[in-house]
Amino acid sequence: MRDLVKRYPRRDVNAVDELSFSVTPGEVFGLLGPNGAGKSTTMGVLTTRIIATSGTVYVAGVDVLRNPVAARARLAVVPQQSNLDRSLTPRQNLTFHAAYHGFSRDERSARAAELLAEFGLAEEADVKVDWYSGGMAQRLMIARALMHEPTVLFLDEPTTGLDPHARLFVWDRIREMRDRGVTIVLTSHDMDEAAELSDRVGIVDHGRLLALDTPEALIRSMAGRSVLELSVTPGPGDSPDSVLEPLLNVAEVERGETVGGPPNGADGVRLRLYLTADPAIALGPVVGLLAGRSSTLTDVHIGEPSLEDVFIELTGRGLR
Amino acid sequence: MTSVHVPMAEPREAPAGPARASARKAFLAILWRDVFVTGKEFGVLMLQVALTPLFMLFIFAKVLGSLNYVSDDFGHLLLPGIVGLAAFLSALQSVAFPLVMEFGWTKEIEDRLLAPLPTNMVAIEKMVIATLRGLLAAVVMFPVSALVLGSAPWRTEGLPLLVVVLTLGAWVGAGLGITIGTAVPPAKISIMFALIFTPLMFTGSTQYPLLSLGENLRWFQIVSALNPLTYVSEGVRAALVPSIPHVAPAFCVAALCAFAALFTATGIRGFRRRALG
Repeated sequence: MRDLVKRYPRRDVNAVDELSFSVTPGEVFGLLGPNGAGKSTTMGVLTTRIIATSGTVYVAGVDVLRNPVAARARLAVVPQQSNLDRSLTPRQNLTFHAAYHGFSRDERSARAAELLAEFGLAEEADVKVDWYSGGMAQRLMIARALMHEPTVLFLDEPTTGLDPHARLFVWDRIREMRDRGVTIVLTSHDMDEAAELSDRVGIVDHGRLLALDTPEALIRSMAGRSVLELSVTPGPGDSPDSVLEPLLNVAEVERGETVGGPPNGADGVRLRLYLTADPAIALGPVVGLLAGRSSTLTDVHIGEPSLEDVFIELTGRGLR
Repeated sequence: MTSVHVPMAEPREAPAGPARASARKAFLAILWRDVFVTGKEFGVLMLQVALTPLFMLFIFAKVLGSLNYVSDDFGHLLLPGIVGLAAFLSALQSVAFPLVMEFGWTKEIEDRLLAPLPTNMVAIEKMVIATLRGLLAAVVMFPVSALVLGSAPWRTEGLPLLVVVLTLGAWVGAGLGITIGTAVPPAKISIMFALIFTPLMFTGSTQYPLLSLGENLRWFQIVSALNPLTYVSEGVRAALVPSIPHVAPAFCVAALCAFAALFTATGIRGFRRRALG
């Protein structure tokens, strides 16, 4: 996908602004970004449902903009919201989907039976779709997407709203699909999920790509970006701010803030220091400074950076 | 803001795709899906399409006829109109209502939009199934109306014209239905019923012959002449009871063709607008 631009009518800014990335066949690619960042629009273009303003987009070797019909035969989409056909039973949802994609009657029923069993839905394959729980509907939608043996599978927030069991089940299926050679593009708001599943992630905001790498490398780019959380009882005559101020002069401390009282409800103040180096190096001088002011240190917590920190660092803290 | 350089893999030549998928197969499969669902809901469909016209026929022809408020031949004027109304309105409803829900609410249609066929073909399929349902409604209305009235006009010579007019009429209904269905948000569905269906039903020359409106109701004649349903009613009457003054069959067919072209175009346009961002 190269230089993708999508501008909606009557909008001043591009929803997707010269976005470029490529996904290697067989990998799991996580597309992350805040609400309104352009993820859904990007997914829409990739899955032929949104017509791009400009740019080139290839999915499984097919030019999506020029030949959407051929692209549809090779890709599959699992949306966030259920779009199952409620006039049909779960099994018929699978068989009709395969029929749309040109499978013969025998292939359709065989594949449907196989996938229903794999997704634990064989017992409830012939009931009303309306009776399905959110987790079952999600499993059925993934099964449906696999009916026509897609080369690329798009999953939009595959586990949002699922209970932990269903989430683990979906994670396992995603890994299995990758092992079978299906290329997977997923979006998620759950950074742990993205880090867990994705071989590489792209972080998007304002329609632009901010970062693209393996989750490990992105987290490593925050190296030394550890967080030190201290609960401190200030010495006599000290205010929270006057405790914090000298700490900011420690070489390894990039910035700091007070974040209210200590978690156990005791007197005192909680400080958060953002470090540029290993927390162990900064801890010594910090403790020394606090002792010098007769402040008592009651709790220390070292936070290692996660993908979420990378995300917040890149996209800012503001609410969307 | 960090700038990221992404090495781009050159897109390979499109590999030979799954040979099994074809637009023709996909079209037939989504049509079969709709036929299958229509079959499952046959009883509900019949209630939906037959109830209003039947009551109209019963009250206006049978009840008022028995009370001598209307003459006996009124039934023979009304029945062809009712058959035309059934074809037109069933086609319209069977695409308009589901589309409002499928696009606005259930998103059920997405799986078909992602089938390997052009989006226009999905819209055409919607019109084909709606037309078939309209024709089915007309075919069912005939014997049922005959039962209500005790007799029904029939002219075998009129059969070709009847088939042409009903098919075109159902297609126009389908085109209008898809146009409305893609333009109306789900929250406004009840307003749509009041503002669109009722006027359509009562200005379509179903219950009166257009040409007899004459001097007294010239304005109503003009309003009726703008309603595509008028040419269905008049065409069916021309086929079955030519003794009643009616619009020339050729003119009915021409008008219906024009309406069909217009609403097919607006319908496909509306459908594409909703299906593709």
